[in-house]
Amino acid sequence: MTKSLTHLQRLEAEAIHIFREVAATFAKPVMLYSIGKDSSVMLHLAMKAFYPAKPPFPFLHVDTTWKFKEMIAFRDSEAKRLGFDLLLHSNQEGIDQGISPFVHGSNTHTHIMKTVALRQALDKYGFDAAFGGARRDEEKSRAKERIFSFRNAQHSWDPKNQRPEMWKIYNTRVAKGESIRVFPISNWTELDVWQYILQENIPIVPLYYAARRPVVERDGMLIMRDDERMQLLPGEELQEKLVRFRTLGCYPLTGAIESDAVTLPEIVSEMLIARTSERQGRMIDKDEAGSMEKKKREGYF
Amino acid sequence: MNTIAPIEASAAEEIRAYMAEQEKKSLLRFLTCGSVDDGKSTLIGRLLYDTKLIFEDQLAALQNDSRKHGTNGEDIDFALLVDGLEAEREQGITIDVAYRFFSTPKRKFIVADTPGHEQYTRNMATGASTADLAIVLVDARQGILRQTRRHSFIASLLGIRNIVLAINKIDLVDYSQAIFDRIVADYQDFAGKLGFQSIQPIPLSARFGDNVISASANMPWYKGPALLEHLEDVPLANADEERPFRFPVQYVNRPNLDFRGFSGTIASGVVSPGDEVVVAKSGKSSRVKRVVTLDGDLDRAVEGQAVTLVLEDEVEVSRGNMLVAPGARPEVADQFAAHLVWFAEHALIPGRSYILRTETDQATATITDLKYRIDINSFAQEAAKSLDLNEVGVVNISTQEPIAFDPYKSNRSTGSFILIDRLTNATVGAGMIDFGLRRASNVHWQALDVSKASRAGQKNQKPAVIWFTGLSGSGKSTVANLVEKRLSSLGKHTYILDGDNVRHGLNRDLGFTEEDRVENIRRVGEVAKLMADAGLIVLVSFISPFRSERRMVRELLDDGEFLEVFVDTPFEECARRDPKGLYAKALRGEIKNFTGVDSPYEAPENPELHLHTVGRTTEALASKVEKLLVEHGIIFNYDQSSWSI
Repeated sequence: MTKSLTHLQRLEAEAIHIFREVAATFAKPVMLYSIGKDSSVMLHLAMKAFYPAKPPFPFLHVDTTWKFKEMIAFRDSEAKRLGFDLLLHSNQEGIDQGISPFVHGSNTHTHIMKTVALRQALDKYGFDAAFGGARRDEEKSRAKERIFSFRNAQHSWDPKNQRPEMWKIYNTRVAKGESIRVFPISNWTELDVWQYILQENIPIVPLYYAARRPVVERDGMLIMRDDERMQLLPGEELQEKLVRFRTLGCYPLTGAIESDAVTLPEIVSEMLIARTSERQGRMIDKDEAGSMEKKKREGYF
Repeated sequence: MNTIAPIEASAAEEIRAYMAEQEKKSLLRFLTCGSVDDGKSTLIGRLLYDTKLIFEDQLAALQNDSRKHGTNGEDIDFALLVDGLEAEREQGITIDVAYRFFSTPKRKFIVADTPGHEQYTRNMATGASTADLAIVLVDARQGILRQTRRHSFIASLLGIRNIVLAINKIDLVDYSQAIFDRIVADYQDFAGKLGFQSIQPIPLSARFGDNVISASANMPWYKGPALLEHLEDVPLANADEERPFRFPVQYVNRPNLDFRGFSGTIASGVVSPGDEVVVAKSGKSSRVKRVVTLDGDLDRAVEGQAVTLVLEDEVEVSRGNMLVAPGARPEVADQFAAHLVWFAEHALIPGRSYILRTETDQATATITDLKYRIDINSFAQEAAKSLDLNEVGVVNISTQEPIAFDPYKSNRSTGSFILIDRLTNATVGAGMIDFGLRRASNVHWQALDVSKASRAGQKNQKPAVIWFTGLSGSGKSTVANLVEKRLSSLGKHTYILDGDNVRHGLNRDLGFTEEDRVENIRRVGEVAKLMADAGLIVLVSFISPFRSERRMVRELLDDGEFLEVFVDTPFEECARRDPKGLYAKALRGEIKNFTGVDSPYEAPENPELHLHTVGRTTEALASKVEKLLVEHGIIFNYDQSSWSI
């Protein structure tokens, strides 16, 4: 009897293999935990990879201090439920300077509170490998990136000079100060992620489900007013709308979509007829052409 | 409110049904390859567009990009969908492989769009290594080019058995059947030797969509399938459960004293509790007690599954070893023959040591013999001394420790390896094992009763290799000589290996090319190792210009046994001293490959001792070396008052 693995089983096995490879070959790995659905899937895969042991690495959340409150609550409850080692880091200098996406714009905010903060955290702990939940279907420069993506001592990516990546043999060698970003779900699509969440019943932040939320229409996006730091501009008004999020990040930079999908099957069904890609809800990708590649070269995930 | 629940239920049902459909789909991984400008990226863009995989915002961005960077005037340039790097869009070429995803009602697809330029061949190989099928594009106006042959050859080497010969831009040759037929004949002529299972030729226009997803009205003479039809229907090799069980151990999971599991991905075959398995390298056998996953223990696991095995007995197994079927074991050897593709700017040199990595194992490896290079155009075997960037050769490889493997032909997972440069950690080559050269079990080290320690103890010393490196005329031999005299007067047993002297005997057959210099150092390194084993303090005075060879010798020896002394005299000073008149000749061009003139010297980065010689006496320099030997415990009972510097 021949029974081939299903598509999701194949993707799952590939990801588990990658998690184990890192644990076996790096001195100090870490998983970047950003609380979104991809992180939820990554967390679930990590639990599977090392069962019955816990994942042998900590989970790092780089907190820009502008995340949705519900994300932070979810993060803390997951850490408690699964008992993983959670590290938190924020760029203190950025906080002291009062960096705000509203005042300084998405570019500056993302650079200081995410990219620089991440570099600080990686340097502080001396991590030599960091897992991220990026997928190749998200964006053009990500489609080009290796699963084991080399970073020099300045955390910078050189897209024109990537190591060949043959078969399932990963070159995990780095010199002191250098590191590898590892993307176990590189080959998953957004649909795969949702199907897997549905199949495995993986908990996700409630913001992915439609609910009535206070939103403001700004620059063609629906921004949820998550706290008082968001000032209304002249002509703007706060409206209660039935919305949900396809992707989660800093609330001032994350657009909601109008939706009445309140269950996972409804979300998947909505996805199937969607005519825009999920990153459209992210302001940071639209700043300029090639902006993701530029950010990655600077050390963004 | 009454109506809401049924709607939800039906949405859920629909989705479950949809997912069940999705789960039944098979997955085809393929790549597009061929020469530059044959339209690979355009074809993938077209496939994504025609299968409705492009979202509205992506299409808007594409229209923007097409106006800015496009090569099709006002029309959409589909290549810009996949050429995701800035440099690629600016130059209008593909540099690195892009992975894209799409699905049809029949299948899911992962496409690797690979670059056509020869210099990026390694990125093409990256895409090919995980693919089941290759679409080889040919520009109908150009016919078969050098890169068409190269990519077809590499695809065949990597074990791809199904080829689509996509003859593109057929619109530009008036949809000519004659041209199509001629190119097909040309291709079949050379690809016949490459062992493909199927070659499906299709005439198409990626730009206008002819024969991409459906039959084109422009080519009524073509009766074959459109590209997408073929991709949906081409039979896939099913995982063959008859293949012997192979489980490369990736990670030992040991959360507490009660649990010891071996984690890995099944490379071939099946496993169930109760099965007998053998540890490949030791031959010890045991039985599978449990197949552990977070979702519960399994009764059976198959090729491709990532599981954790618990065995009945406490057998020694670590990462890099393999659990295998007792009746059909892999080879275990420290020497084997392999096909090798070279990826680095710096040529492959026989004798130099590299790090060899298989899926889970790692060993220091040396190319002992480059049997021949394969010409990409004629597939002829050519004699060669080294392999340059993008060249393919057949080699013999020797590893310091035996590895377990199968021939690549019978197992892609357990028969492949990469080579890594020791210094830069770059991936410099990819290999496919053909067969083992001799069984490691036949070459056991002769166990000797008198040990290195006892031999050294008799002499009241600790063995060491003091390696003097530096330019010709830097003063290596002079300093080494004086150090040996002083050691000798202390009653130490020493020997000097001097570059010039050794070249009169042991290495008289070697010249001064890079290959020969590597072999020169390898031999001296081995001799020094034997002498250290005999308990001697060995002083080696060799230019030894390359870091990787010095590092190779360091790794041959035990920790702390190798002391690198950099005799640092500036080139101008060496050339001025010129004790043997060699610099004068080299600078006149009478000697080739002279270090510092037309052959590089790679200064040590972290030598144990850095001797700046200018303005110092030989005595002072020798004293510094002696001090180093005291610090490293090589000599003791030493009168420190003579450390005059």
